[in-house]
Amino acid sequence: MPDDARSPAASGTAGGAGGVRPGARVVAHGWGWRHAARHAHAVRGLDLVVEPGERVLLLGASGAGKSTLLAALAGVLGGDEEGDAEGTLTVDDREPADQRGRVGLVLQDPDSQVVLARVGDDVAFGCENLGVPRDEIWPRVDAALADVGLDLPRDHPTTQLSGGQQQRLALAGALALRPGLLLLDEPTANLDPAGVVEVRDAVARTAAATGTTLVVVEHRVSTWLPVVDRVVVLAAGGGVLADGRPDEVLVAQRDVLVDAGVWVPSVPAALPARRERPADAAPPAPLLRAVQLAVGRGGRRRPAVATGVDAVVREGTALVVTGPNGAGKSTVALTVAGLLAPVGGDLVADDALAAGAGPSPVRWRSRQLLTRVGTVFQHPEHQFLAPTVRRELAVGPEALGLPAEEVARRVDALLARLRLAHLAEANPFTLSGGEKRRLSVATVLATSPRVLVLDEPTFGQDARTWRELVALLGELLDEGAAIVAVSHDAEFVAAVADEVLDLAAHTVPLAERHAP
Amino acid sequence: MSVVLAPVDAPGAIGRVSPVAKLGAAVVLSVALLLSIDPVSAGVALVLEVLLLPFAGLSVRQLALRTLPLWIAAPSAVVATALYGRDEGAVLWQAWFVTVTEGSLDLALAIGLRILAVGIPGIVLFATTDPTDLADGLAQVLRLPARFVLGGLAGLRLVGLFVDDWRQLALARRARGVADGRGPVAATRRLAGQAFALLVLSVRRGSKLATAMEAKGFGSDAPRTWARPARWAWRDTVLLAIAVLVAAVAVTAAVLADAWELVLA
Repeated sequence: MPDDARSPAASGTAGGAGGVRPGARVVAHGWGWRHAARHAHAVRGLDLVVEPGERVLLLGASGAGKSTLLAALAGVLGGDEEGDAEGTLTVDDREPADQRGRVGLVLQDPDSQVVLARVGDDVAFGCENLGVPRDEIWPRVDAALADVGLDLPRDHPTTQLSGGQQQRLALAGALALRPGLLLLDEPTANLDPAGVVEVRDAVARTAAATGTTLVVVEHRVSTWLPVVDRVVVLAAGGGVLADGRPDEVLVAQRDVLVDAGVWVPSVPAALPARRERPADAAPPAPLLRAVQLAVGRGGRRRPAVATGVDAVVREGTALVVTGPNGAGKSTVALTVAGLLAPVGGDLVADDALAAGAGPSPVRWRSRQLLTRVGTVFQHPEHQFLAPTVRRELAVGPEALGLPAEEVARRVDALLARLRLAHLAEANPFTLSGGEKRRLSVATVLATSPRVLVLDEPTFGQDARTWRELVALLGELLDEGAAIVAVSHDAEFVAAVADEVLDLAAHTVPLAERHAP
Repeated sequence: MSVVLAPVDAPGAIGRVSPVAKLGAAVVLSVALLLSIDPVSAGVALVLEVLLLPFAGLSVRQLALRTLPLWIAAPSAVVATALYGRDEGAVLWQAWFVTVTEGSLDLALAIGLRILAVGIPGIVLFATTDPTDLADGLAQVLRLPARFVLGGLAGLRLVGLFVDDWRQLALARRARGVADGRGPVAATRRLAGQAFALLVLSVRRGSKLATAMEAKGFGSDAPRTWARPARWAWRDTVLLAIAVLVAAVAVTAAVLADAWELVLA
């Protein structure tokens, strides 16, 4: 496969990883897989050939089995006790499990992939496992770090990396194996825009230089179009729905892809229709005011992450907090939500919101928060408390002491409104990413708080969940709720924000974060 | 993770000593001092250890910060044992059901000194030990199974994430309206629920990490190489010899002073 002219960085160095082994060939023949605990197959009847050096973007609806296929190709799907396989799946004519080291895998969550405490050791880990001689390991490590553009000393702590750096570290760890097949499972879904570009460019550079076969799963198609030369769409019921050149597939399968939650570049993000505010209407009432607010974790004696924040939260208005990773956006959100005490300055609730609970949200009782400020956490798992979706939704209303009929009425209404009715008896932890996000928003809406705080609500979400979420927030704003959202998703900001607070100017540099 | 848990980059000789030797030294001292509960062996060991402290590679501040738990634990144990410990010999002071006797005072001193004499070398030696280096040593010097050692090491890295998860869970519970209950029963129930949630999260994190490790060839049957060599050197033998010497002097002194009392006997 010749270097693709569209590749943005075909001239990369790829020193150590350079062209040692050609790309691997992948063949699936009637392949399928069923998890031991499930009735339905995750993948079924898959026929697919990926030639050496091809760069494939793998698309498909949630549940079409994209991640299952990648795990199988990486040989980490597990043995017979994990599930049943049918048909054949080979990498260079051999079982993937016998091809460890021939295949590199990078996963979505940066936190869960770092194995060791120092950058160099973490990259070396795979080489050690494969029995690469010591003299050869460190040159490979240095080359892999250079290839992904991670210009850090070998003993740099892995805890002090940004999300984009962590993902490039994971990529370096995979590249050090000198794989013939590189598998990326939503590698940029949890990154800020700068991180997305860092990782994408590192992949493009190394793929071009090494000629490795590449298979990427990612909803945000436009990010990867410059890198891939083929798009394969898996059908939800099994098999391949579409396969071909990216431009052709994206046009021919547009509606199917949009329905599957793929961000098709030609389809603009839908903006919610907001109710027009009459010109002569009184300005929206303020609910919360931040005055020279300084935020941090652990109260007034701990160092501040961001300082001098002035903002007013008004009813029927969305305030979106933006800024790069580590700017303190989440800390601001959790402080405004009355969960963290301000480190300095003031956060004052107006009487309209406080309703007798006092001016300082962090001093409110937990139950008093429910009808005043609701918080949707970045990771929905943190806020789940109950064994079923239905009971999860009942937690808030029951804590308010509402009568059983009213609790049931609210729960049923939310199940319908957020398309969760068919999952009412499911365990929240078993839901898909989009379903978890919808449930976490629904749990907060169950007690009708006047202020809604959302921390990265669109993080890792597909286009369909994104549209639903944006539409729902539009409705809530029209109903008079105030919204405070943290996001680095430019489209989300454009769709929702009435006011934008850029935190970059308020962030305390890492080196200066010490106690006052 | 917190400052107190992160390893100190020790200057000088101690920084180059194998973590396995440090572990061995700490084990030798602990075993010797836990065989008997008497003030003499612990006191002698403590004096010798304090003389060695300047070579530990820690600044006074680091030393104070890291041994802080000992300075709280030891006096508390002394007071508790003196007041409530097994009474023997002359009664020195009595009020209600509390009696301080010569025997309980003796025992209190023995326990207080022991906490310091076992704790200080343990903390000081591990303060300068990097977990990765310890794992390298355990696997290469002591030949413990790599799967076991590296699994533990990877798990250790998750501890920092668990701390973050725990905080986040506490905030989420407040936000969900279920953090109000007062009194020990409500607090216990809340803590138990939060601990269970942490368990669920940690299992999920653990299985994701295991997948990432497996994808990098961990756990395969192929022979493994080690990127960082770990060998036993003469200075490791020296440290171990010092520990054995301190333990021997302490035990001998106790036996000569007729204070030695084997707990197992």
